[in-house]
Amino acid sequence: MRLPPFQNLLDAHARDVHRFLIATVGAVEADDAYQETWLAALRAYPSLADATNLKGWLFTIAHRKAIDQARARTRRATPVPEPGDLPEAPVAAGAPAGPDEDLWAAVAALPDKQRTAVALRFIADSAYAEIAAAMEISEPAARRNVHEGLKRLREERTR
Amino acid sequence: MNETNHRRDVEMERTLRAALQAPTPEPPSIIDTATAAGLLDVAYARLDSPVGTLVLARTPQGLARLAYVEEGQEDAVLQDIATRLSPRMLAAPARLDQPRRELDEYFAGRRQTFDLPLDLRLLGDFTRRVLTATAAIPYGQVSTYREVAASAGSPRGFRAAGNALGSNPLPIVLPCHRVLHSSGGLGGYTGGLERKRILLAIERGEPAALGHPAPA
Repeated sequence: MRLPPFQNLLDAHARDVHRFLIATVGAVEADDAYQETWLAALRAYPSLADATNLKGWLFTIAHRKAIDQARARTRRATPVPEPGDLPEAPVAAGAPAGPDEDLWAAVAALPDKQRTAVALRFIADSAYAEIAAAMEISEPAARRNVHEGLKRLREERTR
Repeated sequence: MNETNHRRDVEMERTLRAALQAPTPEPPSIIDTATAAGLLDVAYARLDSPVGTLVLARTPQGLARLAYVEEGQEDAVLQDIATRLSPRMLAAPARLDQPRRELDEYFAGRRQTFDLPLDLRLLGDFTRRVLTATAAIPYGQVSTYREVAASAGSPRGFRAAGNALGSNPLPIVLPCHRVLHSSGGLGGYTGGLERKRILLAIERGEPAALGHPAPA
């Protein structure tokens, strides 16, 4: 397996992975999840069997780390965490300031699957198949999550 | 979905894309955490020098590769390092401060020997013996392929010695440029003869060689 230098992945995807994590776990916790994502990727990289979809592979890891981060927060916040699910809204605090602040906050307030699907679609420019793979759901479900997320955001803005 | 909703969706997508892809803070560096976790197998950096751009790569053990980079060939050089050492490879110039400083001093004529930990894993047994013999040639002096082959323990293998020198993964630091033909000719060089001439001129203390522009 002839893998490119890991730096190439970092150059190509560092910003999008960081943005994705800001949108899914909030800016305060994004940096930790970001380090965890890249460490897990570095650890697994040399034994990777298929290097044709490195971006999808990377965002699958980022998605898992976002869930880990959210679970850890739920454990800290409430004694009885809901297993298998992200908590409702992550902290919108710390999202980029400025005119886009409201939109970031609205994305952060989406239900977890919609938020992740929307972030993968519009931050990482992922195809529905890639979103499905990263979230380990079916492609129709990925499509549905993006559309329901969009619909909700649109309703928020036109309210 | 009716027309209006569809138009709104398209609009929403455009707004989202613009907002979510707008500049966010610079992502933090992963070099320190990767190093602490023992996951940075290869750190590399570039160095501009009188013999053109160099790429330096080190492992936790030491400097493992010094490569001459021809115009537009940097990706190929880095890919070769990833394939031969490890793909767990990051640009981490600070991890190469010492070799970069020593090389700068060498090019300025202010350093005659390198005091660097080396990782010789890219050298085969024979190459290692030949290059060890080469490393014994003092700064500013030259030897021949025949002599180097003899001190590597294979007096008749001077052609093989030449090939071994040509595959030197650490040129300059392991000074294969100090080996010439018995006839006095320059012989060959892994980075091309122009670079060999410049290195020999630097070691003769020729002022013109110091700060000489990179070869075209």
